[in-house]
Amino acid sequence: MLCQVCKERSATIHLTEIDNGQRSETHLCQQCARQQGLSIKSQIPLDELMNTLLSSQQEKTAQQGKPLSTDVSDHACPNCGMTLGRFAKSPLLGCTHDYTEFQAELLPLIEQSHNGKSHHCGKVPTRICEHDRNEIQRNKFRQQLDKAVKNEDYEAAAKLRDQIQALT
Amino acid sequence: MRPTDLCNYPSSWFSGGSNAVSDIVISSRIRLARNVAGYEFLPCLSTERQQQLHDRLKEALLSIDLGEKVWCVDIDHASDVERNLLTERHLISRRHAKGKGPRSVVLAGDESFTAMINEEDHLRMQVYAAGLDLDTCWKRLGRIDDLVEEKIDYAFDRRLGYLTACPTNLGTGLRVSVMLHLPALKMTGQIEKFITAAHDCDMAVRGLFGEGTDAVGDFFQLSNQITLGLSEQQIIETFSAVIVPKIIAYETESRKALLGKKPRALDDKIQRALGVLRSAHLISSQEALFLLSNVRLGVNLGRVKDINIATVNELFLLTQPAHLQLRAGKILDADQRDTLRAEIIRTRLSSN
Repeated sequence: MLCQVCKERSATIHLTEIDNGQRSETHLCQQCARQQGLSIKSQIPLDELMNTLLSSQQEKTAQQGKPLSTDVSDHACPNCGMTLGRFAKSPLLGCTHDYTEFQAELLPLIEQSHNGKSHHCGKVPTRICEHDRNEIQRNKFRQQLDKAVKNEDYEAAAKLRDQIQALT
Repeated sequence: MRPTDLCNYPSSWFSGGSNAVSDIVISSRIRLARNVAGYEFLPCLSTERQQQLHDRLKEALLSIDLGEKVWCVDIDHASDVERNLLTERHLISRRHAKGKGPRSVVLAGDESFTAMINEEDHLRMQVYAAGLDLDTCWKRLGRIDDLVEEKIDYAFDRRLGYLTACPTNLGTGLRVSVMLHLPALKMTGQIEKFITAAHDCDMAVRGLFGEGTDAVGDFFQLSNQITLGLSEQQIIETFSAVIVPKIIAYETESRKALLGKKPRALDDKIQRALGVLRSAHLISSQEALFLLSNVRLGVNLGRVKDINIATVNELFLLTQPAHLQLRAGKILDADQRDTLRAEIIRTRLSSN
């Protein structure tokens, strides 16, 4: 089934609305749903997400009139040879450098699969230098600060703010 | 020890005792995904380097204190039936069983710890416990992880945390899963509510054997989807303090409602299941799971008094295909398996 809005991509989001006893159905693709402000906690497989992302970037490239040789899906990591095209088929990366090499394409995907989050807040190996360790600790405090503010616990929030400053 | 030696025993974590919580939460598991710095992920790793990495990880794991009864199985050279047996006991994943090249699993302490070498990530370690006991799981796994880290440089990034082959495991690399038995929610048609609620909390619901399997016999695996941007404690607490207690309360309530409103329909279902299990001469693993699930509910609710819960839990495992074949000592076709399965169930449920 095609998306009712763009009539190009396949619809993956199916909405049923009942208004005054009138039932209506809407079928949308990921992107059009997002444009309409629909936040959907979907559990879309990663390969599908990647394909959507790649095709939207190819469209952009095509619109800008760039030649096909800059096709993002064919660009290979110099370390392991992985391409985004291959990753879209089976969502496993080839080496740790891929995260740097394909950062622009992977970050939106990472955020989407981790509910908008993109900074590590957990355990840190002991060999990690103090600077990096502090940064991760700051992330942790910042998150707790957001929560404290949300809960209107200003005492805790002030304490956390001081802790963040002490680490900077 | 050989994998084949396991086929006559129940898993320690699968057949824990009976109490209000473990009636519903069969087991808890925490898994960590780790990769070694300087090696490509599995899809781009040459066989030679995969062997080198395998040997390094195996040596590191065997040199640290993992607890009692430590042993290692070479999955690459194991037989199909041995691989299936380990999968049925949740000691390795299907991916690991079907994988390629040098790979192993290190097991310890009555199967409660396993470390898969060269699965989707270089190292996947997990700790199981019977019932709901995530804190104990994490204490043990966290300590083992520290010990491995003294020997191995993990791939780590200050922004993305522990780097994994699949971006869905980034950050903590931590996956919590609890195995739930929810027959009353299923019978009262409320299971969809549970699944929607789980999705709203960014949790995934899967079948008894993990990814890509259906929930058979009212068994569900609930696991976190988000591994990045939360601390290990936060992820674990969401389970043990928020979600699981709610599910236990819903299931308990539904069980009470069934007992109060439809005791005859409930007894009918339980006794019919028991009747079939005690008299069938051919039974598929699907049907056995389904019927044993009803009997398990009956035992938990005190409607079946002459069978103990350990026997029912054991049967879930011992009647799986690879377990049957190893017990018989030969490859069995589907008919032969169904016959042997029915025979084991008949004997165990009548001699109780």
